Amino acid sequence: MPLRWTVNEFRGTPLRESDIPEGRVLSVRWDPNARYAWDAGIAIGRFLQGLKEGRILGVHCPSCRRTVVPPRIVCENCFRPLTQWVPLQDTGTVQTVSVCYVNWDASRRREPEFPAVIALDGASPGCGILHILGEVTPQTVRVGLRVRALWKPPQERTGAITDICYFRPL
Amino acid sequence: MPFRRVAVVGAGMTRFMRRALETPKELAFYATRMALDSCELTLKDIDGVILGSAPDAFDGVHRKGEYLIDGAGAFRKPVMRGYVGGGTGVWAVIQGWYHVASGLFDTVLVVCEEKMSSCYPHPQGAFNAIFDHTLERPLGTNLLWIFALEMHRYMATYGITERDIALVSVKNKRNGLDHPCSHVAGNITVDDVLQSEVMAWPVKRLDVSPTSDGAVALVMACEEKARRITHKPVWVEGIGWCLDTSYWTNRDLAYPVYVEKAARMAYKMAGIVDPRKQIDIVEPYDPFDYKELHHLEGLGFARRGEAPDLIASGVANRDGDLPVTPSGGLLGVGNPIAAAGLMKVAEIFWQLRGEAGKRQVPGKPRRGLAQAWGDLMQVGTVVVLGI
Ligand SMILES: [Zn+2]
Repeated sequence: MPLRWTVNEFRGTPLRESDIPEGRVLSVRWDPNARYAWDAGIAIGRFLQGLKEGRILGVHCPSCRRTVVPPRIVCENCFRPLTQWVPLQDTGTVQTVSVCYVNWDASRRREPEFPAVIALDGASPGCGILHILGEVTPQTVRVGLRVRALWKPPQERTGAITDICYFRPL
Repeated sequence: MPFRRVAVVGAGMTRFMRRALETPKELAFYATRMALDSCELTLKDIDGVILGSAPDAFDGVHRKGEYLIDGAGAFRKPVMRGYVGGGTGVWAVIQGWYHVASGLFDTVLVVCEEKMSSCYPHPQGAFNAIFDHTLERPLGTNLLWIFALEMHRYMATYGITERDIALVSVKNKRNGLDHPCSHVAGNITVDDVLQSEVMAWPVKRLDVSPTSDGAVALVMACEEKARRITHKPVWVEGIGWCLDTSYWTNRDLAYPVYVEKAARMAYKMAGIVDPRKQIDIVEPYDPFDYKELHHLEGLGFARRGEAPDLIASGVANRDGDLPVTPSGGLLGVGNPIAAAGLMKVAEIFWQLRGEAGKRQVPGKPRRGLAQAWGDLMQVGTVVVLGI
C-alpha cells in the first residue's frame, strides 16, 4: 500500500467562526449549572486567617531547612509534616512580571495589569507567591524590583488573598 | 532490559482546525481509521486502546474517554485514558509502550483527540481552572499569565530578547506551510511577531499557538507482530516522564528541571549520552515560541540560555544539522492539545520512514525525539524513536 500522504487523505471539515452564530450549522447550547465552594483546608485556612490579621505566614521544614509560602502541611521534599509556622515580611523581590492586556475570556483591557511572582523576605530564596503589582507602569516593572504589600484596612479584610490589594515599589 | 521491544507501525491524523464540524468521536474515527489503514490492520487485530484527551471541561462531556471509545475503536476492548495536561499526547505513547513492552498486549491503538472549540466563548474559561482556586483565581488570573511569567523569567535570567524568541515562531509557521493538516502556517517575519498585538507582555499574538480541533492515532506493536505488519517499524528506544511540584511560585521558572529528568530517563533507556550528536530530529513542545527553546535546553540539546543560537544559526531548520519541529509544531500546524503532542510523535514516525513528503528532513534521519509539556508548567513527557 503506497504511503504518500496528500491533503485529500487528511479529513476534517473546518467551520468559520460565524457558522454557529449565524446558524449555517446546527448546534445546541448549554450553560452548566455548576457552582463550587472551596474550604481553604488546614494550611491555607491558617494562612488566610493570618492575612486577615495583616500577617503573611510561611512554614519551616526543620529537615530540609526551607521556609516556604504558600504554607502546606507536608514538605514535598521530605514528606514530613510541617508544623513550624513562621511570620514572613510583607516585603519581597519580583522574580518575574507580566504586563497583561487580556482578560480571562480573551477580551481586551484598556489598562494593563501586572501579575508577578514575588519572593517574600523571610522565606527561602526564590520562594514566592503570585500577586499583582500596583503603582507601576510597563516601563518601571522589572525582575528584581523590591516591593511591599499594600493591605486593605483591617475592617475590610475577609481572610482572602485579596486582603493584600497589591504589591508596590518600596 | 526486562522489556519487549515495541514499535510504532502506523499513524493517522485529521486536519487541525480552529473549529471542526465533526464531533470528537468523528474526529477520533478519521484518525484511527487512517492509522489502521496505513498498516493494513483492522480492529480485530488490536488488543487494547489508549485514549489521550484533555480536560472534560473543553467538551462539556464528563466521561470523555468513555464517550470517545466508539470513534477510537475501543468498544469492548481493554481501554485506558490517561491525562497529564498538555503532556498527554506523548504520555499516551508511553502508556501504549508499556502495555506492549510488558507483554500484556501485542498491539495497541493510541488515540488522542481534542475539540476545544465547543467551550464558548473561548476555552480560556476552562483553562483558567488550572490556577489554585483559593490563592490565585481571586486575583483575576488568565492562562496567559503563566506563559508570560515564565517567558519573562527565562529572558531575564539569560539575557534573551523577544527577537531571539520570535525566530522560533517564524521557523515553525514556515515549516507548517508544508503540513497538509495545518491551520496556522504562514510566511511571517520576526518583525511581524514583534509588532503583533501584545497580549501579556512579553507574550504577543504571534508567540502563541491557537486553540484547535483535531485527532491523531498511532498503532503500536510488539517486535514479532511489528515485523509482520511492516518492513519499516519505528522502534521506541526510550521513554521518560516527570512531574514537578504544583507550588510553581516556589520554582525557578527559567529552567524546566522536570523536562531534564524525563529526558534523562529516556536517554538512559535508549543508551544516549550526547543527545546533540545521537539524535537527528527533535519535536519539542511549542505551544509558545519560547517553550521550544526552554525545552531544547531541558532536553540537553543546548546549554542553559543557549538554545536561541540553534535557531539563529539555522541549525534547527529543516535542512540544518539538528532539525527542530520540522512538522511546524503547535505554532505552525495547530494545537488540539493531546492530539498536538501525538502529532509530534507521528511526525518522527513519518520522518524516520522517509514518508514526511514536503516536510522530509534530508539525510535519512535514524533517531528522533518527541516531547510534550503541560499542566501548571510541571509536566515533561519524552519519547525517543529510532529505526
Ligand atoms: Zn523538607
